[in-house]
Amino acid sequence: MEKEREEEEFYQRLEQRGISRRKFMKYCTALTATMGLSAAYVPKVAEVFAAPKQRPPVIWLHFAECTGCSEAVLRTIYPYVDEFVLEIISLEYHETIMAAAGQQAEEQLHMALKKYDGKFICVVEGAVATKFDGGYGKVGGNTFLQIAKNVCSKAAAVICIGTCASFGGIQAAKPNPGGYKGIGDALGMKTVNISGCPPNPNNFVGTVMNYLLLGKLPELDELGRPLFAYGQTVHDQCPRRSHFENDEFVEQFGSKEAQMGYCLYKMGCRGPETYNNCPIVKFNDGTSWPIEAGHPCIGCSEPDFWDKMTPFYEEL
Amino acid sequence: MRAVENAAKVQIPTNARLVRNLLHGAQFQHDHIVHFYHLHALDWVDIISALKADPKKTAVLAANVSFDSKGGVKYFKEVQQRVQTFVDSGQLGPFNNAYWGHSAYKLPPEANLMAVAHYIEALRLQARTVRMHALLGAKNPHLQAMTVGGVTCVRDLNADRLSEFLYLWKETQKFIKNVYVPDLLAIASFYKDWGGIGGTTNFLAWGEFPQSDKEPESLYMPRGVIFKRDLANVQAADQQKVTEDVTRAWYEKGQARHPFEGETRPVQKNPGYQPDKGQYSWFKAPRYDGNPCEVGPLARVLVAYGKGHKDVKALVDSTLKTLGIPAAALFSTLGRTAARALETQAIGGVMEGWITELIENIKKGDNKTFQSYEMPDKARGVGLNDVPRGALGHWINIEGKKIKNYQYVVPSTWNLGPRDEKGNLGPVEEALIGTPVADPKRPLEILRTVHSFDPCIACGVHVIDPDSNEVYKIKVL
Repeated sequence: MEKEREEEEFYQRLEQRGISRRKFMKYCTALTATMGLSAAYVPKVAEVFAAPKQRPPVIWLHFAECTGCSEAVLRTIYPYVDEFVLEIISLEYHETIMAAAGQQAEEQLHMALKKYDGKFICVVEGAVATKFDGGYGKVGGNTFLQIAKNVCSKAAAVICIGTCASFGGIQAAKPNPGGYKGIGDALGMKTVNISGCPPNPNNFVGTVMNYLLLGKLPELDELGRPLFAYGQTVHDQCPRRSHFENDEFVEQFGSKEAQMGYCLYKMGCRGPETYNNCPIVKFNDGTSWPIEAGHPCIGCSEPDFWDKMTPFYEEL
Repeated sequence: MRAVENAAKVQIPTNARLVRNLLHGAQFQHDHIVHFYHLHALDWVDIISALKADPKKTAVLAANVSFDSKGGVKYFKEVQQRVQTFVDSGQLGPFNNAYWGHSAYKLPPEANLMAVAHYIEALRLQARTVRMHALLGAKNPHLQAMTVGGVTCVRDLNADRLSEFLYLWKETQKFIKNVYVPDLLAIASFYKDWGGIGGTTNFLAWGEFPQSDKEPESLYMPRGVIFKRDLANVQAADQQKVTEDVTRAWYEKGQARHPFEGETRPVQKNPGYQPDKGQYSWFKAPRYDGNPCEVGPLARVLVAYGKGHKDVKALVDSTLKTLGIPAAALFSTLGRTAARALETQAIGGVMEGWITELIENIKKGDNKTFQSYEMPDKARGVGLNDVPRGALGHWINIEGKKIKNYQYVVPSTWNLGPRDEKGNLGPVEEALIGTPVADPKRPLEILRTVHSFDPCIACGVHVIDPDSNEVYKIKVL
């Protein structure tokens, strides 16, 4: 009875915010499909959203990065970020959006670590410096490396959001003056890697939901990336693929061929070497993605893409 | 891109300029709303106090100050209930351990509740506002439709995309005019003393939004530099006068250099933090003609105001009149935060003309979006613009068709850079001097000024208590 009442209240809340029950279930269905789960899980996905008693705690660390991954999560529509933060998870520490600062922020981190030891999800955004005792990157006098070791070792699961935390990212590009590395590499541990610069927030939310729903992390490829999102190349899912097969290529931006939406392979597209679901999920509420906007894929979800995928505008 | 285009002497087509202006204009709309509501508001708004508000009085207050389409007793009751449920859960998440109840919070509970409601509304809105970027720029963050010579989104210049862009633009404008600017005025009226705190001395704007091929003449937000707060004497800004000093930064010692000759040689060790006499920052110290300069919304608005810019002058004058404060109060934390809102409105207003112009061009059959070019064997190029956080300059030196040297001086480096060889303070350092701090252990007032610059980093500042001479290390995140 209690549960039914809570559910009813939940749907009322959604209605008040202009989201119909039908629309919500449609979203849950889409999310379930994105995660590669059968339709039987749809009601369970809905249940996770319907306000759990104790929201699962999340500690979000920022190291060497641009905060673009946080910004990407800020753009989620289903659920809107206020629901994600206020009603689905308990975001215990996140330097950009938390109200506390300085000493109080540090205290908050330590309190959360103590309260939720072994029970929280640690999300890491950014790479850690390893050269010079990790001296090239610090928060409050502690090196990223020290913080990462301390916090990640206490987490129930570590999710790296973005290419920097996953594989090192731009600061790890040659000559890598600070000896930057991704978290798994720096700490010698297994992490879930939601790579991309930034990744699609749907893939991040999908991974978290998978964890909340099934109590385990999704299946991963050998680079730690969830197969539901990174199982196929961009090329294999590209709506312009038939132009590739027919030898119809763009050779200059703005040209007739570009206007026809021909294949961008000769413009340097890295789609054939890049594993991601951009063509299917697209960005910002399914609005667009780089190839749709006429720009070749730059391979941003692959390790060392700054070194290995450049120069971006030269054919593979 | 502008630096390479400058080096390769390529003039981008009109449509490419318009698309870039529209994308960049949308960036200002989005960034400034998020900054005000989500990165700065909680320095002025006490969420916990909102629980004590009377929703009826809040509804009356909101109806008086803003023109939000949402409102009414029921609405504010629901928002309050949502916050109450959240607080009762015992999991305060990102609102844990903040400065709630601090004596420097001055808003009555009703104003706090109204602001919390708008905080949530703005969170929703920004996810839609930013779709303007996806429509013509593939995605946000990290747009991917721009290239040297123009833009790649030629297929997106269609009726579907442009009408949706226009729709999102209108929705955002409505919020800016009916909620953001009125909220700013309402909140500012309780914090007028902040019109005398947190000011700096010199201001630099490279300017932004070219409206023809002529730069800087056609820039909507003009280029200029102001010394010693002399608004009557806005001077032309020349990139040749820029240098970067590394005396106090964690780089190998060297002379202050112009970016074309710039070097980036970080110290080869774990750098020690020595703010008194040694090195203490990863930022170099950019200087204009040897002077530290504040960059950002306040610098842009002051340069425009000083030059008699019609739209900006009207907005600034009416704001000063509404708040009953003199123009001198602009040189402050309050002025900086107000300037951000006012330029959001001004830039938003001028975007409509760019959309119309783009549509007219396409109607005429002009869909040129890219100008081909030859990469020069040897050349130098400069790209100057103004992004939401302030003046941004890129300098490229090309040799053998490759990059020989590339330097950029970004807004937060201007604002947060350290002292220089002569001991001149950086703008944020200067702005913090004299800030009244009621409780050094809970320095809310420091946050207000630092956040008002919209810093792009987690940064470190120091406070010295004049009574105990105790140094408190305060980290602003």
